[in-house]
Amino acid sequence: MNYDLVIIGGGPAGLAAAVSAFDAGVKNLLIIEREKRLGGILNQCIHNGFGLTRFKESLTGPEYAYRFIKQVKQRNIPVFTDTTVLSLTPEKQITAINSQNGVFTINAKAVILAMGARERAKGALNIPGSRPAGIYSAGTAQKYVNVMGYMPGKEIVILGSGDIGLIMARRMTLEGAKVKAVCEIMPYSSGLKRNIEQCLNDFNIPLYLSHTITKIEGKDRVTGVEISKVDENRLPIAGTEIHFDCDTILFSVGLIPENELTKGAGVLLAPDTKGAVVNENRQTSVQGIFACGNVLHVHDLVDFVSEEAELTGRAVYEYLTNDKTVRDNINVQKGANVSYVIPQMIDKNTKNNVKLFFRVKKEMKNPTVKIVSGGKVVYERKKKSVAPGEMENVILKVDNLKGLEQEIVVRVED
Amino acid sequence: MKNIYDVAVIGGGVIGGTILRELSKYQLNCVLLEKGSDVSLGQSRANSGIVHAGFDAMPNTLKAKFNVLGNKMMKDYVKDLGVKYQNNGSLVIAFNEREMQTLEELLERGKKNGVDGLEIIGKAKLNELEPNISKNAIGALWAKTGGIVCPYELTIASIGNAMDNGASLLLDFNVIRADKGDFGFNLYSQAGESVFASVVINCAGLGSGEIAKLLGDESLKIGARKGEYILLDRESGDFASHTIFTTPTEKGKGILISNTVDGNIILGPTAEQILDDNTDTTLDGLNSIINQAKLMSENLPLYNTITSFAGVRAYSSSGDFVIQESCSVSGLINVAGIESPGLTSAPAIAKFVVEEFVAKKFELVKKQNFNGKRIADNWFKNLSIEEKNSVITKDKAYGNIICRCEQVTEGEIVHAIKGNPPARTIDAVKRRTRAGMGRCQSGFCQSRVAEILARELEIDILEVTKSGQGSEILMGRTK
Repeated sequence: MNYDLVIIGGGPAGLAAAVSAFDAGVKNLLIIEREKRLGGILNQCIHNGFGLTRFKESLTGPEYAYRFIKQVKQRNIPVFTDTTVLSLTPEKQITAINSQNGVFTINAKAVILAMGARERAKGALNIPGSRPAGIYSAGTAQKYVNVMGYMPGKEIVILGSGDIGLIMARRMTLEGAKVKAVCEIMPYSSGLKRNIEQCLNDFNIPLYLSHTITKIEGKDRVTGVEISKVDENRLPIAGTEIHFDCDTILFSVGLIPENELTKGAGVLLAPDTKGAVVNENRQTSVQGIFACGNVLHVHDLVDFVSEEAELTGRAVYEYLTNDKTVRDNINVQKGANVSYVIPQMIDKNTKNNVKLFFRVKKEMKNPTVKIVSGGKVVYERKKKSVAPGEMENVILKVDNLKGLEQEIVVRVED
Repeated sequence: MKNIYDVAVIGGGVIGGTILRELSKYQLNCVLLEKGSDVSLGQSRANSGIVHAGFDAMPNTLKAKFNVLGNKMMKDYVKDLGVKYQNNGSLVIAFNEREMQTLEELLERGKKNGVDGLEIIGKAKLNELEPNISKNAIGALWAKTGGIVCPYELTIASIGNAMDNGASLLLDFNVIRADKGDFGFNLYSQAGESVFASVVINCAGLGSGEIAKLLGDESLKIGARKGEYILLDRESGDFASHTIFTTPTEKGKGILISNTVDGNIILGPTAEQILDDNTDTTLDGLNSIINQAKLMSENLPLYNTITSFAGVRAYSSSGDFVIQESCSVSGLINVAGIESPGLTSAPAIAKFVVEEFVAKKFELVKKQNFNGKRIADNWFKNLSIEEKNSVITKDKAYGNIICRCEQVTEGEIVHAIKGNPPARTIDAVKRRTRAGMGRCQSGFCQSRVAEILARELEIDILEVTKSGQGSEILMGRTK
């Protein structure tokens, strides 16, 4: 099998990338999806709030996904569902498996990585105690409740105040469970502010900031949990233990871009995003392999995923029709108070404006966002406030990029 | 009557499992009684998985004898059963001259025990063998016959092969009462079932003292220790290629760093005296592993931790293995206190128990049709692409990936549920197929494994458990 473009992953990133690549002119393309149906994790996100930025209306996850699935269908873009990609080579040869074709290979001229992210597992945290039933990642619990119609538990403590944890606190409450506490090891929540309001405060669910789980109890099933306050080094403080009786613990302790295939293809990864290093076209260090969506960096809104994927789809058309291997790259670096910036490289001669996405390391009031290159300030603007849970962006104009010689640094100053 | 057996083996760990397999070679009617929902739930669930060379045990002990014998038998034993094994070699590293002196003693002891392939190496060779080991280490004892094996894989395969050859397995059979008659024992379970057996082999691990007592022998004194471990992602699997021990000191044996047959890195164990079978990990325990491991290697990739866990060890008050017919109760054979190097010793102990004790009770006649070969639990993974495709053509379930991290197919999961010994819980499927053992730790696949279990066992998904009754994974329907 030969395709001009193969998109690995049929979630929001893969769908939007496919549509935009098709519309730009890539007609010989394929989406590979490991689940039964397209839509990715949106299929289990039955709450609303999706699409406010993009569609100016509040959609549920499946509704948001359907807007794109419909477009894929209208264009008759071929899709392999129930198909798992086993490996990807730097030469863009894909090995996949499904029940119909068995193990088979596909050769692609270009590949878009759109595999999304997985949840960080409880095991990674080295939490002392037992390992009974009743410990779930928030996403697993979400699948049980929203897709399968089962309750993983009745009395719940949640570790981590990321958006999935917050959403599940509300969801479990609405289903009749008692959510006794949400604890967060950081002094702030990494979730969206609106979710703190709508998912916790509206239901009187207490949020324990600077707290973590220090013991899990129960032999067959969870019977309780002990949480403790942590110091500035995130280490538990003895004597601050609080005990809760509960039958279930949900972990919402971060998402990790799912880059196993990416590594296999020899793509350079960035330690800060745990995704590929990309240029403004979302092309990785391997020619013709692109990445977008949560596999590249964890977004807080799906609307931004779609936007990034559309940019990538168009860029693949450019790559396939007008391969310009000679680039004049300038590096983009994170500066003070910034935890990462995407993209990490920009072609100085790019014809389009470049939107830089970045996250800050801590909550700040009235900070100044500054972009500098050498001694030159390329961009400067005051903001009301910034927080790690909210991705920031700045548009760099083509004109701003002209004549820059030294690396571009994004800083946020008090 | 169907509940009458020649031999009942109590306890489905690696010792009970290898003994059952040995028994299944003969024309005997045998049963394994296991109190849990699966086999291999005690010591054989969570230990270091080391095939010890045999230099550690004191000369002239049962530990020394069976360790060296078992080490020599292991290669063929695992080959027949399709169990993963690697002769990776062990290194005991020394940080100062005093520890180098201890290594000399271990070398001598090893020689006395009959261990081949022992050699003391200097810093340069150590660095060549293990570049990630601390540059503060000045030398090591290199035991070339050391190896690694997965303890539960070996246990499951031994029991599965015994069952393929006619042995019976009764799970959830917790022996709570026994009477001794003239011809044997009646054993009663908590659930009200009973079996009769002429000979009982007590391999109940931590519970072996209790079992011996139920059968009338009060002499067996068994203590318990807990060992905690940390497991690193396969991504860091090439961090070490040997099993690396610290030199034992008067403070204790210290911990080890080892690769595993599944490609992970294991760190541990701690050794903590306990009074029950509690396998909670503790903050102190985990920190102590981390601190000791950091001394062995400064650049240990601890950020790649995927899980931590603890296992139990039963030891006898004598300090050595107890392998003998009870002095007070005829027909009761105690195989107890089998702590390290028990896993290594298991095949040798099994052979000895059957040939030395069981042979005195029955005339042993070999089964003509005994087949010691077992299809490996990971048989599908080992196939070429062409072979996989021919399997998928016949059974589409082998084309359906359920566990992403470990790339386990629906076909392999169904095979585990239907095979010997049958997997009936999420954890049992995990131990046989590795579904849920990868970096996401079952986040993606648990619900799908649960659906397959419900379908194959013809039960409601609400009845599916993680590891037996009381560990149901779901608590009802949504509104």
